[in-house]
Amino acid sequence: MRPDTFAYVADLVRRRSAIRVEPGKEYLVESRLGPLARAHGLDLDDYVQRLRQGATEGELTGVVEAMTINETSWFRDVGPFAALRPHVLPLLRGAGLGDRLRVWSAACSTGQEPYSILMALADEPAVPVDVLATDLNEQVLDRARSGEYSQLEVNRGLPAPALVRYFERAGAQWRVKAELRSRVQFRRHNLLDPAPGGPFDLVFCRNVLIYFDVATKRAVLDRIARVLRPGGLLVLGAAETTLGVHEGFERVEAGALVLHRPVAGGSTAGPATAAGPASAAGPASAPLNAPTPRGVPAPLGAPTPRGVPVPLGSPFAVASPAPLPVVSAFGTSRPAAAAALPAPRTTARTTPPATAPSQRGQS
Amino acid sequence: MRALVVDDSRTMRRIVAATLQDLGFEIAEAENGAAALALLESGLTFDLACVDWNMPQMDGLEFVSQVRTGNRWRAITLMMVTTESEQEQIVRALAAGAHEYLIKPFSPDALRDKLQLLGLLPAVAGGVA
Repeated sequence: MRPDTFAYVADLVRRRSAIRVEPGKEYLVESRLGPLARAHGLDLDDYVQRLRQGATEGELTGVVEAMTINETSWFRDVGPFAALRPHVLPLLRGAGLGDRLRVWSAACSTGQEPYSILMALADEPAVPVDVLATDLNEQVLDRARSGEYSQLEVNRGLPAPALVRYFERAGAQWRVKAELRSRVQFRRHNLLDPAPGGPFDLVFCRNVLIYFDVATKRAVLDRIARVLRPGGLLVLGAAETTLGVHEGFERVEAGALVLHRPVAGGSTAGPATAAGPASAAGPASAPLNAPTPRGVPAPLGAPTPRGVPVPLGSPFAVASPAPLPVVSAFGTSRPAAAAALPAPRTTARTTPPATAPSQRGQS
Repeated sequence: MRALVVDDSRTMRRIVAATLQDLGFEIAEAENGAAALALLESGLTFDLACVDWNMPQMDGLEFVSQVRTGNRWRAITLMMVTTESEQEQIVRALAAGAHEYLIKPFSPDALRDKLQLLGLLPAVAGGVA
């Protein structure tokens, strides 16, 4: 790949998404755009050359999208999801949680994060959860909305009990059941734009800030601080912090998880801090203190109907040597489908009585 | 950490074993459920068993059931690693006592994710301490 090819792509991505593609990431450009170029019968240099001579808006969007898709897994890093029910919810309750828990999953990619949040909180009947999930990339949003994932994708971090409880087969794919899908609203949103709603009790914005320069990080954090309800919490990625970036947050520990809570009057950033790459994205130059464009999101769905109460006794509940909280979150109720099966020949003590109606997948 | 890899395919045993070794596990192998059970009977202890489903002599489901029936091997975490991918089969394996279920083919990352879920690898808490 020619240096000017790389420079053009890096600049395009930075201007449109504020994501920095640093020198040394040539492989990323090759791997992400190579297939796009070949689809046009060109090599990468020629393809980019053609774009430079005149590209449609759609083509440029396609390049930025291809460069910004991230691989993701279910319950990524485990910790944040394991902490939700036992540690994060009590904190939010203590701060005066309303009748619903409103969550924003920012940069949700193909949807694993918002669905994982719902699964982690599924056995919390007292708190209906609405999730607004946003991403810059229309392609990944379409995939997220469909709720369909390949075998390889569901292999990544999804607990087996969750797979049988929340998914159904759709040919060779696995599809998130409609009941869960209906509780996530997916919407396109650029993190450089004003926040897409709110107020929220909880914002997940993980492994995104690492791609931004400090001024952009600060501007994004400022927007998040403004849409968090008082006492609301921000979850960042494992390698991310507000320290040294935005003084308007304080650290909050919830079990093993570190979260970030806006301190009163702590917003610091003005539009000037978003200058540089962010300003090129246009809407980022809108006043940061402008009211959010939309009101509180409408309730996304009725409270989850709980199925037949199921006894304790998932395999998780017994013998794992060191079960993690996330495991026990699922372990407290056996998937209904499991209960529908005949008791195994050798009656392990973990086997519940067969009571629930059949929910066998199509096959 | 010690792991027992139970699969009648030598190639598959190698793949699973190599991934686990990269993650710091010591490995023993068995080519079917009966051989695996014999290893346990002999007094060897394991933190984890990765178990194929379809094997001659004793299949993985039977092995899991046997391990789960008694009290002797309660410390071992059982994960089916198999091409069987129907929802009903996953349910059967969990009901028999498997803790997790990984469908072949899988990436090393997928195996690592499962071990994190099972608490056999450290989970990432998130945030910076």
